[in-house]
Amino acid sequence: MRRILFDSLLKGPLTEPAPSGDDPELLALGRELKTALDAWFGGSLAIRMVDAGSCNGCELEIHALNNPFYDLERFGLKFVASPRHADMLLVTGPVTRNMREALERTFDATPSPKWVVAAGDCARDGGVFAGSYAVAGGVGVVVPVDLHIPGCPPTPLQLVKGLLALTGKAR
Amino acid sequence: MANHRPWPRRAVDAGQWSALVASLAAGERTLLGLWGDADCVHMALLGEKGRDVAVASFSCAQGCFPSVAARHPPAMRFERAIHDLFGYEPIDAPDERPWLDHGRWPVRAPLGDRQPPAPEPPPYPFLTSVGEGLHQIPVGPVHAGIIEPGHFRFTANGETVVRLEERLGYVHKGIEGLMTGAPIARAAKLAGRCSGDSTVAYAIAFARAVEAALAVEIPERAVWLRALMAELERVANHLGDIGAICNDAAFALMLAHCSALREKVLRASAACFGHRLMMDAVVPGGVAVDLDARAPHILRSLVGRIRAVFPRLVELYDNTASLQDRTVATGRLDSALAQKFGCGGFVGRASGRSFDARRDLAYPPYDRLEFEVPVLAEGDVNARVWVRIREVEQSLRLIEQILVRLPAGEVMAATGEGSGEGIALVEGFRGDILAWVRLGGGLVERCHLRDPSWLQWPVLEAAIEGNIVADFPLCNKSFNCSYSGHDL
Ligand code: SF4
Repeated sequence: MRRILFDSLLKGPLTEPAPSGDDPELLALGRELKTALDAWFGGSLAIRMVDAGSCNGCELEIHALNNPFYDLERFGLKFVASPRHADMLLVTGPVTRNMREALERTFDATPSPKWVVAAGDCARDGGVFAGSYAVAGGVGVVVPVDLHIPGCPPTPLQLVKGLLALTGKAR
Repeated sequence: MANHRPWPRRAVDAGQWSALVASLAAGERTLLGLWGDADCVHMALLGEKGRDVAVASFSCAQGCFPSVAARHPPAMRFERAIHDLFGYEPIDAPDERPWLDHGRWPVRAPLGDRQPPAPEPPPYPFLTSVGEGLHQIPVGPVHAGIIEPGHFRFTANGETVVRLEERLGYVHKGIEGLMTGAPIARAAKLAGRCSGDSTVAYAIAFARAVEAALAVEIPERAVWLRALMAELERVANHLGDIGAICNDAAFALMLAHCSALREKVLRASAACFGHRLMMDAVVPGGVAVDLDARAPHILRSLVGRIRAVFPRLVELYDNTASLQDRTVATGRLDSALAQKFGCGGFVGRASGRSFDARRDLAYPPYDRLEFEVPVLAEGDVNARVWVRIREVEQSLRLIEQILVRLPAGEVMAATGEGSGEGIALVEGFRGDILAWVRLGGGLVERCHLRDPSWLQWPVLEAAIEGNIVADFPLCNKSFNCSYSGHDL
């Protein structure tokens, strides 16, 4: 273990200035995000993630936000375990009828002021699952949505950009 | 039944049905799936040697069928789901509670006679445990992390779990209902979204079932590209999960390194196939994207990178006593139970059940590839981690072989608008995924997809017994059953 720890120290962080060929802007985005969070949210934003019926593809990419490449926490965003600790709900999936009440109750348990971000194409209007007897619809059908991040699933960079847009909106 | 490929389907009477059930109960065959259809129920079985598959169909014209679960418990949740979706009664069923239907849909039996629902969702009676000092801990459906929703009801004696009861169905999206009557292309999209982490495996299973139904041969290059994607998906998931399991044992360093490797795999997949999870890349008839000239180089350097880093992480896992202390002997799944439930993937293989659809059913191109199927006997969290470690190594070997042997040529064949029935069993990272489809004039008349989790969720209830509540996340992660794939 020591060797791995030493290596990590010597080699520096895994986060890169240019994280991927298609978008060299993560760091810039991150800095902007951090400034906005510092100015408007007291330096940090607590996110409670709620899967309201997703295929789990969106969760995988939200998970990736915590990996060493994106490492969202360094910008002041963190995922929390309880809606009572959250400033924002990040909701995925078409809302299934079986999850509708759970989502409503999670929303009610989140203290105001609060934001709701719907992530993924099916969070907008049910996506490919729209029209099913088991699906209530997009997230907006059940709780008020402040921002929608498109994609199936949205990539980590799209998610970061979405969150930045939200902090912009808060001003 | 004519036109059912590649394995036979036969209509059986009550006597033959119960003889099959008896053979399941005696362990001579393994239950692969049980699902409803217009006027009948189908049961897919794996033969004794684990190499042949057959489907038996029992007419449900009377609205009922003899319960399989009465003698073979693995069928229990399938029957409850059939009852919820089609309204058929399993006669003498040991558990008559609903499963997917939580009383919230606008109809009952949505794929059957579409009855009006009850005005109020009925209460769900959880099973009881009685004894001094027992208490219940309800958890979910919304969990305390970035996880899918489901409900767990623990009965505990102090810290020790006496019973766990799962309640699932929260993410039921009615996928089979949406597929009914849909064009093949739309159904393929839905199939690829049953469980996002297995989107490639699902897409291959659905595509193979369609191609079998229509007797379509796909181009050789597409066959190899599919396997390439499937192995990339397996590696990405195993890496992510190995890290997450260690993280649940409070060892975050492994998560950091494993998730960085996983990210590399996703980026390579995006560079080669245009999507990080490779969604919609496999379609009936072949594959929708072909590799460009850079791809072999990207993938070779990916394999090289994992080979350089992963062994050191494995060593770290193996040499960290605090980690081993949590994973060894925790969440033990008995091998007889794994056998009985026909548990697939690393869950079965860590408990001595040696089945891998890639090897045992040898669908192409695996019939021409060299790989081993790791099997361990201990059945604990540690064994599941080790099986995954070995599978990562085997998948890297497979990726290399595929890159060397990848033929040139077309990647798509026309599927046409024929009719027929097809079935496929494809090895996803979690285990074997079953796809069954009946097509008529280019439309899907009925499609059933069975996630490996159907046969893994129930045994998690048994594996957790006697462990402490605090070890549940660790055990659960080591199984990593799909909620969405199960709930459909
Ligand atoms: S947007 Fe796509 S990836 Fe996300 S939950 Fe919906 S189908 Fe799955």
